[in-house]
Amino acid sequence: MRKGSDIAVEGFLFFSVLISAVLTISVFVFMLIFGLPLLTEGRLFSLVTDTWRPGNGFYGIQPMIAGTLLISSLSVIIAFPVSMGCTFLITVLAPGPFAAFLKKTVQLMTGIPTVIYGFVGIFLLVPFIREFFQKGSGMCILTASLMLALLIAPTMILFFADSFERVPLSYLRAVDALGGTPVQKLLYVFLPCARSGIWSGVILALGRALGDTLIALMLAGNAVQMPGSLSDSARTLTAHIALVIAADYDSPEFRSVFACGMVLYLFTVIEVIILRTLARGRKAD
Amino acid sequence: MKTKFFSCFVAALFVCFLAGTVHAGAAEMFAGQKGEIRIAGGTAHIPVMKTAAERIMTAYPEIRISIAGGGSGVGIKQAGEGLVDIGNSGRKPTDEEIAKYGLKLFQWAVDGVGIAVHPSNPVKSLTKDQVKDIFSGKTDNWKVLGGPDKGINIYTRDEASGTREVFWEKALSKGSISEKANFSVSNGAMKSAIANDPFGIGYVSVGHMDETVAPVALDGVVPSVETVKNGSYAVARGLYSNTKGEPAGLTKLFIDYLFTPEGQKIAEENGFIPVK
Repeated sequence: MRKGSDIAVEGFLFFSVLISAVLTISVFVFMLIFGLPLLTEGRLFSLVTDTWRPGNGFYGIQPMIAGTLLISSLSVIIAFPVSMGCTFLITVLAPGPFAAFLKKTVQLMTGIPTVIYGFVGIFLLVPFIREFFQKGSGMCILTASLMLALLIAPTMILFFADSFERVPLSYLRAVDALGGTPVQKLLYVFLPCARSGIWSGVILALGRALGDTLIALMLAGNAVQMPGSLSDSARTLTAHIALVIAADYDSPEFRSVFACGMVLYLFTVIEVIILRTLARGRKAD
Repeated sequence: MKTKFFSCFVAALFVCFLAGTVHAGAAEMFAGQKGEIRIAGGTAHIPVMKTAAERIMTAYPEIRISIAGGGSGVGIKQAGEGLVDIGNSGRKPTDEEIAKYGLKLFQWAVDGVGIAVHPSNPVKSLTKDQVKDIFSGKTDNWKVLGGPDKGINIYTRDEASGTREVFWEKALSKGSISEKANFSVSNGAMKSAIANDPFGIGYVSVGHMDETVAPVALDGVVPSVETVKNGSYAVARGLYSNTKGEPAGLTKLFIDYLFTPEGQKIAEENGFIPVK
């Protein structure tokens, strides 16, 4: 016989899961309904391939798609090695108290609002990048990516650290007994054992980078152009939504926002599917 | 202990009361009122709205006034849809918008839109054609204009901005704005972007100009309160507060307050030209 409290807890948890699932799906349905005029007019495809020139009747979001992909992937590429190194320092290399201090700091970092990062970026990073490239305003893809990397690194580090800590102690002892160096420990024990945790960390971090609005809005410059180099000003889909949402509800500008939303949604879904399959595929080996 | 705390509390209350009465002035018309006023829209208006709201709320804490930005387009739209009580715009709403939403317009000040550069930039005067070439991307180096051999970083505003609309219409004669232009989300953001970029150029409401940025003369006329006032600086617009239909209650009082000598003085102190 199950106790009444068990059933109550189970029911509550089921209810929470149901709500989250329904919300996720209804967001998609909502965007579909509002974006339907675009789909039926067959404009969705041209929106994705056109550029944005509202004055001339072009409401395409191609430069924003490129900007989003570039900025978010670059930030993960920057943050991944840093997070990996930091995790290894926390779990293996650093002495106890220092490691604990580091971990607490990282935990604290996850709670800092993005607007603070954006603000700090404007006053510290932007002038530095401007001097570094000797051209442009300093508000560019690299600036936004660097700051985003700082934003997503704590997420990665905490996930990595959790999965590192689950590696059986006996394996680590075995490496020590064989006279293995710490680097060998990382490469041959931690990385293979913690693979799924590492993938989850990357998924979450990339999702956060794709979805973040303020950092790109404040630091990437928001120019509507196909990005050609790291020092170019660019606009992400999220920043575009934030900038255009002010337009009239009936305008084509406003409708294109739903195309942005759908593309973003699609990106996130594809990203999660790919990385999950990767993680699962590797595990089966 | 308890009595001490209590007397402190009473003293604090008394100070609040005193401060209230001291600041009341023309805000007296709000006496006995309570409720909420929601304001959104034009970012040029914000300093004036804030000062007015602070004075009213300190005097009559029962009144809450919330102020949001968003740009002129947002102000008109949100007022029209009843999301806010007062929607500010830095341009005159179009006839279409007025008819669609049944807007009532209240123009309480005039404001210029001036070109701004970093104070260290030696280029302090441009002709209209030079400005057009800069913003369209044709001129992309300060050297041509007598500045350092550095690229020009253009800053502009999003399409919902009234400041952009006026600048585009009257300074650029509806010319194109380069794809390379960076976008700022408000007058304040534009000012801090230029204040931080030695090679940037942008445009801000004359009311927002301060020592962190340098105004650039357009065809020899420096944008300032005086030149806008005497009409010699042409890139100017009215600052509007719009309501859906005839305003009533607190909303009406707030708009009336903007037209009182005190309200007009607040506008003047913030660098705008009062209408009365």
